[in-house]
Amino acid sequence: MDIFLQQIINGLVLGSIYALIALGYTMVYGVLGIINFAHGEVLMIGAMVSLSLLRLILSLTSDLPGWLTLLIVLPVTMAVCAGLSYWIERIAYRPLRNAPRLAPLISAIGMSILLQTIAMLIWSRNPMTYPQLLPSSPIELGTTGATITGKEIVIIVVAFAVMYGLLFLVEKTKLGRAMRATAEQTQIASLMGVNPNRVISITFMLGGALAGLAGVMIASNYGNVHFYMGFIPGLKAFTAAVLGGIGNLQGAMLGGLLLGLIEALGAGYIGELTGGVFGSNYQDIFAFLVLILVLVLRPTGLLGEKVSDRA
Amino acid sequence: MMNSHASKMSFVKTAIALSVTTLLLAACGKGGDKTAAAPADGIEVKIGHVAPLTGPIAHLGKDNENGARLALEEINKAGLTIDGKKVVLTLVPEDDAEDPKTATQVAQKLVDAKVVGVVGHLNSGTSIPASKIYSDAGITQISPSATNPDYTKQGFKTTYRLVATDAQQGPALGDYVAKTLKAKTVAIVDDSSQYGKGLADEFEKTVKAAGVKVVAREASNNKATDFKAILTKIKGSKPDVIMYGGMDATGGPLTKQAAELGIKAKIVGGDGMCTEKLAELAGDAVVNVTCSEAGKALSKMAQGPDFQKRYKERFNSDVQIYAPFTYDAVYVLVDAMKRANSTDPAKILVVMPDTKMNGLVGNIAFDSKGDMKEGVITLYDFKDKKKTVLDVINM
Repeated sequence: MDIFLQQIINGLVLGSIYALIALGYTMVYGVLGIINFAHGEVLMIGAMVSLSLLRLILSLTSDLPGWLTLLIVLPVTMAVCAGLSYWIERIAYRPLRNAPRLAPLISAIGMSILLQTIAMLIWSRNPMTYPQLLPSSPIELGTTGATITGKEIVIIVVAFAVMYGLLFLVEKTKLGRAMRATAEQTQIASLMGVNPNRVISITFMLGGALAGLAGVMIASNYGNVHFYMGFIPGLKAFTAAVLGGIGNLQGAMLGGLLLGLIEALGAGYIGELTGGVFGSNYQDIFAFLVLILVLVLRPTGLLGEKVSDRA
Repeated sequence: MMNSHASKMSFVKTAIALSVTTLLLAACGKGGDKTAAAPADGIEVKIGHVAPLTGPIAHLGKDNENGARLALEEINKAGLTIDGKKVVLTLVPEDDAEDPKTATQVAQKLVDAKVVGVVGHLNSGTSIPASKIYSDAGITQISPSATNPDYTKQGFKTTYRLVATDAQQGPALGDYVAKTLKAKTVAIVDDSSQYGKGLADEFEKTVKAAGVKVVAREASNNKATDFKAILTKIKGSKPDVIMYGGMDATGGPLTKQAAELGIKAKIVGGDGMCTEKLAELAGDAVVNVTCSEAGKALSKMAQGPDFQKRYKERFNSDVQIYAPFTYDAVYVLVDAMKRANSTDPAKILVVMPDTKMNGLVGNIAFDSKGDMKEGVITLYDFKDKKKTVLDVINM
């Protein structure tokens, strides 16, 4: 039972990070219908920028409590990532807005490689230590035998708060309405006085800011950063977005959390369930198998709605 | 009308942005490898070097390349004459991204570039597929760090290595766990690579033979970041020791996350994770680690401290692990050129088996397969976050 609870906690932490990144994919897909494969790299740049800022602050003063330092660094990082995301859209996607679907996909992959290489040149090839500013010693959960760390609690709480905030923004505000209108029918929305370019830019910036936040979370959780670190979370979050129904915000959150839980429980129990035929090395295969099953039975994803053909 | 004008403008801007970036990249590239410039006089002789320069262990790849580069620069500075002609060595550095498929592509590229010998690759999983291509082309391949026994078991005349094998390293680690730590139970995790799995298998054989119970055998992959699920499962079986077969980029986070889950077990690993960087990646939890290196410790090499100083002066970074071995690999190739009195790869290959050299890493001589005659395994632990020699085992 203690192991089961521990795996649920592991899955929740992993899942809330996936969900946060998946939101970026799904929002962009919603308004533009493209997959922004450079999203994972924005996350990596966020982690790198925040590391440089942290080093700067820690070199000036070491008296500030850890959480306060993070609170100073976080908005700056998110702003940088929002700006970066804005320019990615302007450089790699806007010129290709009316090109065939494949073109922006290729420029996205190109952008992703470019960002990785630039980060490698600026921050070197070495994996670097990320300062541990949040408590990382295990806290025993009563007599269950399961443990959780302070930073894991922070990650889950912050991720859920941000997801709720984003839902509120999209469902209840004027900007949100403009975003939904653009997603539904770009041309009609522009006839109604919505400036689609502005909405698309804002969507990218929001996604970038979330990626920046996720980058800081991943870096604080695992305690190290590397120019390659954005690739795997990006891929997993993309999977999560598709699993939940790409283009759907709640779907991205659900997909992220589910994927995290599937991975954790998969690694923990596949071996026992299959009598040792499959080991924990099948955890990724297990996650993708669930994805394939969902797509076969529900091609639109768990919460995706059938979209009528765009006019 | 306005719209099309605007989109044209933004396309122009894009093109400008891209070309500026390309220029920047090109400029950086030039700054990086000064020796790649064309030689002023003498015959140019190319030596290939392959290691992952991108991906999770790019730092180790660069370390390897730096070692080879240092040797090359020293040899060029001292001047090299083969068969009465002045020879200038150039390094052809390639990136295999730790990927077996890419490894064969860059191997072919080096063969096409007419290199006289290859130093590399870094990983066993890349050295082995590439070795077929070098063998077909008759080019000597010296891996500074591939430890999987299969590498030299293929019957190729071109494969050499400067390190001990996992058939020596695995048992050395296993003995340490069974006899010194007196562990009753172990859990084994590997990164599913040819190296990681191979080492873990050798280790498993030894500990099982010594009567230690293997309570869990798990696998992850070489790009993983989260090990909590696997570790939680292991925690339930309460092993005395966890053995990891993999590199430092994954071994570090694994060690750290084990401590975060409150696992008290000792963690042991092979040369892939036995780097100075591990102390940073694992944080305070690195005190739990004992790891092995398939060669002599830098501090135990006669010229070790001096090498470290020259390396630091030239590259402004510390030796990670296998730079001394790539350094020696270049000297072994040059030594063979001198003895063959030729820069013809076929003639170099003929004299390679007779190599007898007192290198930085110790006495270099090969057995009939191309393995080191005098293999050394060094065990380390970490004191004050510094890699410290625990024991030296001569094979």
